[in-house]
Amino acid sequence: MSADQALLQVAGLTKTYGRRVGCCDVSFDLFPGEVMGIVGESGSGKSTLLNCLAGHMPPDAGAVRFHMRDGTVRDTVRMSEPERRMLGRTDWAFVHQHAVDGLRMNVSAGGNVGERLMAVGARHYGDIRGAAVDWLGRVEIAEDRIDDRPRQFSGGMQQRLQIARNLVTGPRLVFMDEPTGGLDVSVQARLLDLLRGLVREMGLSAIIVTHDLAVVRLLADRLMVMKDGQVVETGLTDQVLDDPQHAYSQLLVSSVLQV
Amino acid sequence: MWTELCGLLVHSRSGSGGASLTRKTGRTYLHVSRREDLVVSEYNFAYLDEQTKRMIRRAILKGLAIPGYQVPFASREMPMPYGWGTGGVQVSAAIMTAADVFKVIDQGADDTTNAVSIRRFFERTAGVAVTGATAEATVIQTRHRIPEEPLTEGQILVYQVPIPEPLRFLEPSEVETRKMHSLEDYGLMHVKLYEDISAHGAIATSYAYPVRVEGRYVMDPSPIPKFDNPKLEMSAIQLFGAGREQRIYALPPYTQVVSLDFDDHPFEPTKADHPCGLCGATDSYLDELIVDDAGGRLFMCSDTDYCETRRAAGHVGADGVAQAEVRP
Repeated sequence: MSADQALLQVAGLTKTYGRRVGCCDVSFDLFPGEVMGIVGESGSGKSTLLNCLAGHMPPDAGAVRFHMRDGTVRDTVRMSEPERRMLGRTDWAFVHQHAVDGLRMNVSAGGNVGERLMAVGARHYGDIRGAAVDWLGRVEIAEDRIDDRPRQFSGGMQQRLQIARNLVTGPRLVFMDEPTGGLDVSVQARLLDLLRGLVREMGLSAIIVTHDLAVVRLLADRLMVMKDGQVVETGLTDQVLDDPQHAYSQLLVSSVLQV
Repeated sequence: MWTELCGLLVHSRSGSGGASLTRKTGRTYLHVSRREDLVVSEYNFAYLDEQTKRMIRRAILKGLAIPGYQVPFASREMPMPYGWGTGGVQVSAAIMTAADVFKVIDQGADDTTNAVSIRRFFERTAGVAVTGATAEATVIQTRHRIPEEPLTEGQILVYQVPIPEPLRFLEPSEVETRKMHSLEDYGLMHVKLYEDISAHGAIATSYAYPVRVEGRYVMDPSPIPKFDNPKLEMSAIQLFGAGREQRIYALPPYTQVVSLDFDDHPFEPTKADHPCGLCGATDSYLDELIVDDAGGRLFMCSDTDYCETRRAAGHVGADGVAQAEVRP
């Protein structure tokens, strides 16, 4: 795939809950290796948008066109459920805000990392275990914790395990919903460091939903500001954060506590 | 009077004569017998009313058409508690004919409480002939074993199933597991086996070992020991009934049934590494009995008919006594 061809093209994506608007007429392109941040206050439709993009929720209108591995461009909204699930465990990854939602808490760390491999047909125990050890190492979890349950892990470790579990099949697009929410700042910093390294090393494209402007400043190339289900401003991250144009963006940026 | 099962015949309430299912040259017919054929007049033939049997037969036919798929059915209250084989009993009742020879085994034995009471139940409500001999039986209801003697075409094996859903303990939501079955999303099943190996060094699941049917549905073969799994590919019809869970599923004869495993940890049917103490058989699944306070133990065939047949033929194990001495 050439770099000037979009990995993901979103056009006119709309989702309403009865008379309430989830997100309205959202369009953007995401290019290979690009990280896009979506910020906005609670209830602004960021999570609705992310869930529609990742196929967890059917949008009411619009298209999400994904550039598949075989070179074709497919609308994932109109794909069949098995195809979408297959995409969800190969080319896509979804990192939940709460690790509990993204992990199997009664399955060992190794089993959690191996599940996606087994789901796509890996049937060699030694290889699966090897991949699990490798990935635990990459997210800085000691190898001797491989047979422990996630319940025995700290919050930061659970989140790193969730990332390992998602990236083990070498996805090309990662959706992240508040990946650092609920973690204390030093753990957040390490996690962000880790994410930045992995994104760069694997050439991942990512869409990160957060309300933490520091996170997008560090990770995102491009930024989209949402308010009441509408996209009110888009642009390069530094540009939007340093020189916000829309009144709401200005409010958002000025609301950050300066330490 | 012969009528095709899937035809529209609605007939024969308990007052108007018994009705039964007969298999002839691969087709299934509903045979409505004359009044004088009835053995016991207080019950409809085989306890269940004809409408219920029709409903169960429909579920069975659907199950046979989609091997390994769990067909919901309206399970009835039976005069025994859930967990005692209500699913198996309803399936047996639905397929039984007056000409059938019925055998019931519980963990391989013909003479345990569960087996005896179910056998008596059908003797009383259907008046069918009963037997302990595997080869003579046309319908065999079983709990937790497959007979050692290979079954033949024309025989039906009915399993009592406690939990039909192989994914139940991995994914508690039935809505989600049914979706996983329909989408063939079975990665989770291997996670269970992975966990076994990482915790015990080998696949420690020793009964209710999950299988894949015809490369499609993952199925729980009921809590048979994994020693019996290779026998699931057989010449007889296999029907599985889960009464409490209200599910019926089936394996037609010669269906491909593969036990799940890993390339480097292949499936292995296991049994106690001993010969049978009574008949000396080395190829049968064994029960272990503690026989004294000093920890002395006896390994013996769990299939009582198999063991007795061998002993009658003159085989004697290390702890056994020749049959001639037992029955002078």
